[in-house]
Amino acid sequence: MQFEFLLEQVVNGLVLGGYYLLIALGLSLIFSVGGIVNLAHGAFYALGAYLCVELASRLGFGASVVVSPLAVALLGIPFERFILRRFYTADPILSLLVTFGLAMVAEQAIRMIWGAAPITTEIPQSFRGSVIVGDFLFSRYRLLILGVVAAILLGIWWLLQKTSFGRVVRAGIQRPDMVAALGIRLQPYMTAIVMLGVGLAALGGAFFAPITTVHPAMGAEIMTIAFVVVVIGGLGSFWGVVIAALLVGVVRGIAIHFEPAAGEASIYILMFLVLLIRPRGLLGERIEKFE
Amino acid sequence: MIRYPRRTLLRAGAAFAGAAALGFPAIVRAQAEKIRIGHLTPLTGFLGVIGSYAQLGVKLAAEEINAAGGILGKQIDLLSEDSINPATAATKAQRMLEQDGAVVLLGEISSASSLTIMQVAERNKKVFFSTGARSDALRGKNCNRYAFHCDIPNTVMVNAVGTALSQKGMVKGKKFFTLTADYIFGHDLLKAAKTFFSAHDANLIGDELIATDVTDFSPYLLKVRQAKPDVVCCNLAGNQVTNLVKQYAEFGFPYPLVGFNLNTGDAWAAGPGNLSGTWPTVWYHTLDNPTSKSFVAAFSKKYGKPPENHAWIDYVTLKLLAEAINSMKSTDSHELIVYFEKQAQFDIGKARKAYFRAWDHQLVQEAYPFTVKPKDQMKDQWDMLVLGDVVPAANDPLETIYPTKEQNPCEMKA
Repeated sequence: MQFEFLLEQVVNGLVLGGYYLLIALGLSLIFSVGGIVNLAHGAFYALGAYLCVELASRLGFGASVVVSPLAVALLGIPFERFILRRFYTADPILSLLVTFGLAMVAEQAIRMIWGAAPITTEIPQSFRGSVIVGDFLFSRYRLLILGVVAAILLGIWWLLQKTSFGRVVRAGIQRPDMVAALGIRLQPYMTAIVMLGVGLAALGGAFFAPITTVHPAMGAEIMTIAFVVVVIGGLGSFWGVVIAALLVGVVRGIAIHFEPAAGEASIYILMFLVLLIRPRGLLGERIEKFE
Repeated sequence: MIRYPRRTLLRAGAAFAGAAALGFPAIVRAQAEKIRIGHLTPLTGFLGVIGSYAQLGVKLAAEEINAAGGILGKQIDLLSEDSINPATAATKAQRMLEQDGAVVLLGEISSASSLTIMQVAERNKKVFFSTGARSDALRGKNCNRYAFHCDIPNTVMVNAVGTALSQKGMVKGKKFFTLTADYIFGHDLLKAAKTFFSAHDANLIGDELIATDVTDFSPYLLKVRQAKPDVVCCNLAGNQVTNLVKQYAEFGFPYPLVGFNLNTGDAWAAGPGNLSGTWPTVWYHTLDNPTSKSFVAAFSKKYGKPPENHAWIDYVTLKLLAEAINSMKSTDSHELIVYFEKQAQFDIGKARKAYFRAWDHQLVQEAYPFTVKPKDQMKDQWDMLVLGDVVPAANDPLETIYPTKEQNPCEMKA
């Protein structure tokens, strides 16, 4: 009996980890290509949630969860062209300051447009409730999220490994000068990666909008966990982030199962232990910009 | 660029420093035509949403008082800031009293922050009206002469909901599972709940303490299912209530979810399809009472939405404070304490008048349980709640729902 409940927590933790992955993966991708730690990432997450609530009342939840991340991804174009692009080769502290400032501006803008009071939307009836298989319980809605995350993960892996787009991006990460010497302009690729990254964050926001409080500071709230995931996985490592996200979800679930008081601390302890053994994170590589 | 000799600069600097040290009383005197009042409430964090309502409420009260000629013929100069957390709240409270020349303080929702402000107020011998904090301990073992408590305490919320649940046969012999906020307020609420459970033959079969920064409750919900309770009881605060209610609806458990604490702002945020069950409230904008109605009208006109209960409590607190200052013709804290300890009665927008109980400075007033309207009967997104019968019932004395002297270990030092 005990074992089954524990297993249930592990599975639930994997689902939750999948959700963290959406946000952390975008953060990691933008870091790998541009060397920028995007502190405004949470703002795109919040924007995704707000747009989703706003559109859900007009288009229905299903359409809204597709449209709002796409709309936010479009915002990634000016974000990359007019802001990030100036800082690829600059001191990292500058991009940290700029994106941090941007996060605050975005939060205030959301407050001005939608007000400080949370706005709300609901899960469609068909995804409410839980599925019970044998003795295991799954939230129907989180199973949907898990399915979508798995599909997206596969898609991104395919994009990066199997397409010419991916080859240029990977080459650009390793040797931007060499890619430039071959006559390939990296800038459109950068724009595309930033669009993908912020779009993923917005998708996370849209998915969580019906089951969390949609309020202006939600972006800042999610950034802590996204950073923990990226740091544990190793900045810039695709599979590192995947493993770290799932690990964080599972460790939290198990900790709450045995010792609820340590639930929130557990992920920081995990981060501490990982960094103690592998200072660059689980699969992190040497980061030349900072060394 | 003009280069000043070093000596001149030094002298100017010294003069500045001297003026800052000696000129302090002069600054206060120079602003004597205004009465400065300090207001603190959390605008960020898990209580930020209801805190912003509190700020709107107190600003409206100050504007109305000023438009009617102010207090003692002087305008109110309201300083309203984000208290953020207990440490910052104390620092800001101290600055408001010692440097900004605030004559009284009011505000706050977090019981933890309210406690630190109470201590600053006591040290400075200035009154502080704790408008939105509900922990019993603040008016119990932590009470002091300078602190007044305007919101209903946890014990009252537990009694209000508990009575309503008892009437539905949901208490006696039932198994309860509680989810509790892990800070002074939650601990305190759990204590009150336990007292209620043991007095009414209910069993508490599980309790989880939950850190205030938790936003995902799924691991806790799995534990709830493991325990198979009859009733799940939410002792959380702020937007944690909203998150829990939404995720509870997501999992679709058969066990009814009730709660001993809720603010209408968090109920609205949960959305009509998600919230169910019985909860307590201190005030709701549909109360049929002239004072309430005119407040709701003024607030809705100014801000385009109805007020939440924290908007109301900060609004009425500044109003009754103004009334007290006008009656005493003084802003002196000691005179105000004397006035309130005489148990002067105030119209706070409820059927019965309220008063501060002399021995623990608790604002004694009515409370209400509420249930949630079916979605198709709601007029608008704010028309969500159906108030139950007022507690205590109209023919029972108000104090019957408040902790007695034996239950409330408040000893005020002179």
